[in-house]
Amino acid sequence: MIHILVHDKKDTVGVAVIEGIKAGQELTGWVMEDDSTIKVKALNDIPIGHKVATKPIKKGDTVIKYGFDIGKSVADIAVGEHAHVHNLKTKRW
Amino acid sequence: MISSKTTFWGYRRENGRVGVRNHVIILPVDDLSNAAAEAVAHQIKGAMAIPHPYGRLQFGADLDLHFRTLIGAGSNPNVAAVVVICIEQEWAKRVVDGIAKTGKPVTGFGIELHGDHDTILRASKVAKEYVQWASERQRVECPISELWVSTKCGESDTTSGCGSNPTVGSAFDKLEPLGVTMCFGETTEITGGEHIVADRCATPAVREQFMAMFNRYQEVIERHKVDDLSDSQPTKGNLAGGLTTIEEKALGNIQKIGKKCKVIGVLDKAETPTRPGLWFMDSSSAAAEMVTLLAAAGYAVHLFPTGQGNVIGNPILPVIKLSANPRTVRTMSEHIDYDCSGLLQREKNLDQTGDELIEVMLRTCNGRLTAAEALGHREFVMTRLYESA
Repeated sequence: MIHILVHDKKDTVGVAVIEGIKAGQELTGWVMEDDSTIKVKALNDIPIGHKVATKPIKKGDTVIKYGFDIGKSVADIAVGEHAHVHNLKTKRW
Repeated sequence: MISSKTTFWGYRRENGRVGVRNHVIILPVDDLSNAAAEAVAHQIKGAMAIPHPYGRLQFGADLDLHFRTLIGAGSNPNVAAVVVICIEQEWAKRVVDGIAKTGKPVTGFGIELHGDHDTILRASKVAKEYVQWASERQRVECPISELWVSTKCGESDTTSGCGSNPTVGSAFDKLEPLGVTMCFGETTEITGGEHIVADRCATPAVREQFMAMFNRYQEVIERHKVDDLSDSQPTKGNLAGGLTTIEEKALGNIQKIGKKCKVIGVLDKAETPTRPGLWFMDSSSAAAEMVTLLAAAGYAVHLFPTGQGNVIGNPILPVIKLSANPRTVRTMSEHIDYDCSGLLQREKNLDQTGDELIEVMLRTCNGRLTAAEALGHREFVMTRLYESA
């Protein structure tokens, strides 16, 4: 069972691809770029489609997905923590 | 597996273009003519009215776009014949003359000096003849190189970037070498991935044109924005689906152009491409607006990936919807033509889903109705550039 999907090895977040991920759950992540597998423990409930940090992210860091910049963190984000509008913002507009 | 020998069954029009539908449309030039157009379509079974809310006191580039959209919609090869209705005879004639260049049957009617009743009567007589004539057109076998395929996604979420968008990209990578004419756009939704699209432009000149279009749209945003657009881009549906920033949305969006396709040229809104290959159309990211512009540009079939579940259709351009989100496929199944959620569990790869999407597309071209067609979704939305005079 794959719980989260990671596009690129450089990515610092992955995407929940199943419904009902609960805090404390051990997640299996599929890294599409090299077909490898990672393990992450969820710190929050993660709705399907939402992101979870797969590497530690400091406040102000650029968050990487698809191997590219998708914005900046506005709070520290621990591995396994939900990453969304409360801790991640656009650098544009 | 498709090859250059792959064919589909379409309607060859007078100008040589091939359509996959055989519509007789009743086309109002303006808001005032919707009632008469809908009355004609009610009278004449098999005719379809295409109502819309604009067409009065527009001027300059906005008026040009209005006419280009209407003439383009009527000229689309999915349309067999057209009845044009306008409050004023002169503007009806302008649209009729534009559509007549394709060689297809088209007649216009002005309401002034006649009233609705007489206009509906006169237009219904012509529409009846057109419907009967169109019903005898036959599909013929055509090489896949004669197909025009467009794409635009909507109600995206993170699964769009993981599954449904790259599935379209896989299909585009397979279709491009076969000489298919293709298009993508959504200028603002490339924000954060513009460097990737720029690097895919076939020549420095195309790259320059693309960046000029991108920068112009950024200026529009900068001029009118009141915040970081977080109420609009990403949309509430995008945010609910887990997309957080415009950059993330853009990087998912551009998965639709695959890994190999080159952008051979840029198009203005509703502009018709001049040769096969992948084109970029400068356009809004609002789904019905852009799909309408693509219909007006002459595209015959549309691939529409969705994450959270969009319900869009178009009266002229069949919209094939695909999703990789297993919840959307379950909760909105009547709207989804192709389920590629297997990608997210590694049950399928992009090569397989690209092939399967092309198969669904060819069945649609051969006559199978899309979910949106069966459900009666006919969103036809004109793009406005600025206020009326």
